[in-house]
Amino acid sequence: MGTRWGHKCWWAVADLAIIVYALVPVLWIVSLSFKPLDSINDGRFIPAEFTWSNYQQVFRVASFVSALRNSIGIALISTGLSVVIGTLAAYAIARLSFPGKKLLIGGTLLIAMFPQISLVTPLFDIERKVGLVDTWPGLILPYITFSLPLAIYTLSAFFREIPWELEKAAQMDGATPFQAFRSVIVPLAAPGVFTTAILVFIFCWNDFLFAVSLTSTEASQTTTVAIAQFTGSSEFTEPTGSISAAAVLLTIPIILFVVFFQRRIVTGLTAGAVKG
Amino acid sequence: MTVAMRLGGVAAPRRARGHVSERARSEHRLAALLCTPAVLVILAVTGYPICYAIYLSLERFDLRFPDQRGFVGLGNYGEVLRSGYWWQALTVTAIITVVSVAIELVVGLALALAMHRAVVGRGLVRTVVLIPYGIVTVVASYGWQYAWTPGKGYLAALLPESVAPLTDRVATIALIILAEVWKTTPFMALLLLAGLALVPEDLLQAAALDGAGPWRRLTKVILPLMKPVILAALLFRTLDAFRIFDIIYILNQGSNGTASVSMLGYDNLFVGFNLGIGSAISVLIFFIVTIIALVFVKLFGAAAPGAEARKRR
Repeated sequence: MGTRWGHKCWWAVADLAIIVYALVPVLWIVSLSFKPLDSINDGRFIPAEFTWSNYQQVFRVASFVSALRNSIGIALISTGLSVVIGTLAAYAIARLSFPGKKLLIGGTLLIAMFPQISLVTPLFDIERKVGLVDTWPGLILPYITFSLPLAIYTLSAFFREIPWELEKAAQMDGATPFQAFRSVIVPLAAPGVFTTAILVFIFCWNDFLFAVSLTSTEASQTTTVAIAQFTGSSEFTEPTGSISAAAVLLTIPIILFVVFFQRRIVTGLTAGAVKG
Repeated sequence: MTVAMRLGGVAAPRRARGHVSERARSEHRLAALLCTPAVLVILAVTGYPICYAIYLSLERFDLRFPDQRGFVGLGNYGEVLRSGYWWQALTVTAIITVVSVAIELVVGLALALAMHRAVVGRGLVRTVVLIPYGIVTVVASYGWQYAWTPGKGYLAALLPESVAPLTDRVATIALIILAEVWKTTPFMALLLLAGLALVPEDLLQAAALDGAGPWRRLTKVILPLMKPVILAALLFRTLDAFRIFDIIYILNQGSNGTASVSMLGYDNLFVGFNLGIGSAISVLIFFIVTIIALVFVKLFGAAAPGAEARKRR
């Protein structure tokens, strides 16, 4: 009994270590974002005094406000389109047999592993010619493409968990394949679709390489790029405070997703890789 | 919605006739319709550009001198492969990839075991562990950069006076690896955790009854059973680590010879404005990634994530 209790203690310590590991670097940025300009370089983990001025400052930067709008808009549109396209393909992969299925799975797999830099050079030249550089569609297109594998795998893994018989039963009752899809599968699949949407959104929200390569002005620049190009309020001040405040703002949606949908996200992340 | 109506109109009367082959045919048609958008997007945004990159890589094409554009065969590849920068970037990338993935596997396994056995605060641990996974890489990178800046950071404060780790090449690479490991280990841990759930508990109890200690149970029972999951996770993470870009860009812009191959490709395009050389680098990176994937799949028999769909039918 004693050793069992000792074991529990040991695992509790391990849990605590994990929590420290995950939170300390994040809390550090939060701490920086609340430090006033004169003590931001004091190297203390906990701010000696708190201020909201960094947050007020960051919203006065026009490029950040437009970048926030661009980030939210581009990520939402990309997520919506990617999930719709991914749902159609995942349904086919999970439920239907058809020639070329292996090829489709292999092809999407290839993209999941694709080095994105390999695409940036040609895509930049193509988008430059057709006038897509520095536009929303110019970013949405690569985002859809690179999130599609994630969407297709996660969704088809979820779809395979849905009981086949219900669809069969619906078809038996005279439903067409599409009716069976819409009235039987869709309600059952909604949680999986929702989870996939979160994962895809995080992917788009996170991107830096495409954003820094394919945008140039406030018309389409996203937050990740805007932050990296912050300058201080005057040429003698470092932008540390503004960058930290902006960084915290970018982290808020992630924290909300993680806190409210932890279980779903874990299932979604591991569904494609583990279940056979 | 037009898809819906066409399917409804075509598929229903055919099945009414009860023809098996007809049914299969309508299934094929439905599948084709459902997959078309995905295939079109993939071909347009990756298939065509990669072919275009191969074409561009065979040309002299400098955006500063567009008049001198012309076919140079494999000249760009020769120039890249003769360049010290390429080999340096490739070495740096390889070191970062191998070291960070190795650390991630070990730490990730430890994390997974701890989470698997967690008795208190299970939900809390799984929630906080998702934060590094979800946090924007640029954000995390700034956090690390400030933490290691002397006079500003809490971590730099722990170092002896006048040590600035981000100005030293080896230290910078170590810090890049640290940032990469911090961010991606949770993902590895969650994959391994899901794999751990597949190890039957009674098998472990039987092994324990036979006198196998914790270490033997791990190496002789748990790890062999988890091999497919581990290989899939390794393959995925290796290819992901190989394209590392954001962290290096934010930490030090790849100065002091710490640029990765992705940094090098980016610099050639947006600093050097050389599309020909940039494309050659792109194609070479693509080629290397393909080789890594082939080695994993053929040599180790790794089944990449999602590949189980093949077994199904």
